[in-house]
Amino acid sequence: MSPRSIWKGGFVDAFLSKMKKNVEPLMNKKIWSRGSMILPEFVGSTVRVYNGKNFIRCKITEERVGHKFGEFAMTRKRKIARSNSAPVKRGGKK
Amino acid sequence: MAQTSAIPLAHSLSLISNSRNFNPLSNTLSFPISNPQVRGLQIKCVRVGGVEIPNNKRVQYSLQYVHGIGRNNAKKILFDLNVENKITKDLSEEELISIRDEVSKYMIEGDLRRFNALAIRRLKEIQCYRGIRHIQGLPCRGQRTKNNCRTLKGKKIAIAGKKKAPR
Repeated sequence: MSPRSIWKGGFVDAFLSKMKKNVEPLMNKKIWSRGSMILPEFVGSTVRVYNGKNFIRCKITEERVGHKFGEFAMTRKRKIARSNSAPVKRGGKK
Repeated sequence: MAQTSAIPLAHSLSLISNSRNFNPLSNTLSFPISNPQVRGLQIKCVRVGGVEIPNNKRVQYSLQYVHGIGRNNAKKILFDLNVENKITKDLSEEELISIRDEVSKYMIEGDLRRFNALAIRRLKEIQCYRGIRHIQGLPCRGQRTKNNCRTLKGKKIAIAGKKKAPR
């Protein structure tokens, strides 16, 4: 997906890459760096990802490796007027 | 979805072609895999990759009726096999067999659909942004949704008066 070259690997924030060896302090840590990639070392810990307003808890599973932290913390509210999008969904099924 | 509609279309096309060109030439057709008699007309289709492809088109274009083979792949198949781009019904037996073998090397039809569906299901399961957009039935590649993106949102309901009222 990303245009980043392979030899560099995915982008990981410095503070996160420090934790590569010792993952334990990552538990329940607040993360502002939404663009960092989830490394396989982080599997099993729970982090809180900032979405611009508050922190959203995100459990890191094996399948989430390779994605970015930000993908798991939505920055936008869902439209409350669900009635607007509900008929839209019905149309999609047709 | 477009493909599913295309399959019956392909079938009807081949039927039409046969009814039109019902002459000695079409009798020399080398690949009548399915030729049931319907109203005295012989239906002859070429089957490649488990799908019937239209008879009265050039191979390059009739191959594109297979899900997973587009313009590039169809060209590539013909180029790899050094097959002339004839009309499909004029293909010889050997050519057709070789085309079938070549097509089976690609990921087509059911396999491809399953592969794509699995990838999407994975996104939905891990609840990442793209997965959530798939669940919501909205585009997941950052397109605008204020208007347009009708492919995903569906057609008719957008025109209904409901949306205009809050504005």
